[in-house]
Amino acid sequence: MLIRRAPMFRASEITDETLYLDRRSFIVGGAAALAALPAVADAKAPTGAPLKAARNGAFVNPDAPTKIEDATTYNNFYEFGVDKGDPSRLGHTLKTRPWTVRVEGLVGKPKTFDIDDILKTFPLEERVYALRCVEAWSMVIPWIGFPLSALLKQVEPLGAAKFVEFVTLNDPQQFPGQKGGIFGGSLDWPYVEGLRVDEAMHPLTLITVGMYGQVLPNQNGAPLRVIVPWKYGFKSGKSIVRIRLTADRPKTSWEKAASQEYGFYSNVNPEVSHPRWSQATERRIGEFRRRKTLMFNGYADQVGSLYAGMDLKKNY
Amino acid sequence: MWLTGLAPVGYLLGCFATGDLGSNPIELVTRTLGDWTLRILLATLALTPIRILTGQAWPIALRRLLGLFAFAYATLHFAVWIVLDFFFDWEQMAADVVKRPFITVGVTGLVLLAPLAATSTAGTIKRLGARRWRQLHRLVYVAAVLGVLHYLWLAKVGVRTPWIYVAVLAVLLGVRVVDALRRRARHARL
Repeated sequence: MLIRRAPMFRASEITDETLYLDRRSFIVGGAAALAALPAVADAKAPTGAPLKAARNGAFVNPDAPTKIEDATTYNNFYEFGVDKGDPSRLGHTLKTRPWTVRVEGLVGKPKTFDIDDILKTFPLEERVYALRCVEAWSMVIPWIGFPLSALLKQVEPLGAAKFVEFVTLNDPQQFPGQKGGIFGGSLDWPYVEGLRVDEAMHPLTLITVGMYGQVLPNQNGAPLRVIVPWKYGFKSGKSIVRIRLTADRPKTSWEKAASQEYGFYSNVNPEVSHPRWSQATERRIGEFRRRKTLMFNGYADQVGSLYAGMDLKKNY
Repeated sequence: MWLTGLAPVGYLLGCFATGDLGSNPIELVTRTLGDWTLRILLATLALTPIRILTGQAWPIALRRLLGLFAFAYATLHFAVWIVLDFFFDWEQMAADVVKRPFITVGVTGLVLLAPLAATSTAGTIKRLGARRWRQLHRLVYVAAVLGVLHYLWLAKVGVRTPWIYVAVLAVLLGVRVVDALRRRARHARL
């Protein structure tokens, strides 16, 4: 099989200078469109509302994007339930306004961001990333967002900060899956994920607010989630309310549930099996034949150096 | 009985025809066939307890057909795994059978069912002798335990349906054990 890997930048993909210099008017236009959104969809969650962002050609997976119907109905989001159909069926119970994200911990300037301020402050771009689930299926999704590093720089991380913890909203009223049944709940809430600071600051790591030219649907982690394309999907926390910089490695929800199956790093790695299945191949949703899984989900050139000298079998 | 037994396959074919198999059709088909294998197998194993508890003879007449349906669904489930899921990637499948306990027990369960299906005719019962035939067919208990274990081990955190199958199987086997103990007690008294 021919393995295609996009270089970080191609000369043809560098944004035209005039467009670059005119970026402010572009952003203002986008912000104006966003400001109009609540009026269009005030009672319902802003699912399906258009969200404009220019595609960043440096981050475009060459494979065909997954159908939007698949990407919005085949979801793992245990806050709504363990079945893949639960998130799209029950997504309407989540209210994404008002919404704030507290960024705190080992930072010089802790700050509470309002989602609408975030949308106005940070220039949005579209990136097409491969998404590889730990369950050996994958998709290709055009996300809209901005680098997490831009957000973190605003709060001025201290030198002592070594890890970043992402906390998802904990509210059983809005997340029926958090109620727990007669036999107990599925995970320990709130959902906690984490990255090393250098992983969090990596240009690939995206704060995501939209997909397919639309505001992020509730079932995909609205209003704001993180996307870490070289790690298994569960590392990319959804519906985030708190980001905390810490000296110690966060204890993640999946580590608590089954640490031998879901490690802290969880980098996509065809050579390191999940204890119950092989990770060597994956089914791309919409395709018939399995395809080979690529090291770091195809982002080895960009992120391989983060793990130089590390035993990836031990640090799974 | 035939209609009931064929209904799940008919349902899948209907979904296939209308394009309603969801985002991951192969996974859905594999799961549906696996679910029905276990349901039919447990239904087969429920017939003797029904006879014990009600004293009626009719359930026994259904045993063979239901058992063969269970074997047919297990075979289809396995065939989908080989053809649709891994598309004859024998190397990876062999590695999975050896390395993944849930696949090992699943395949073993199917292998154990095969001789039972092969000796299901009246002729083979005669040839083997009723006693030996009955001993051979006790393998169905092992196959059922392995089948439920297969489901239990593959399910992810938070999915609790396999425990329903564990409970049902425990009841069905439990009724037999209690019945056997009571009969032995009666024997001892005679």
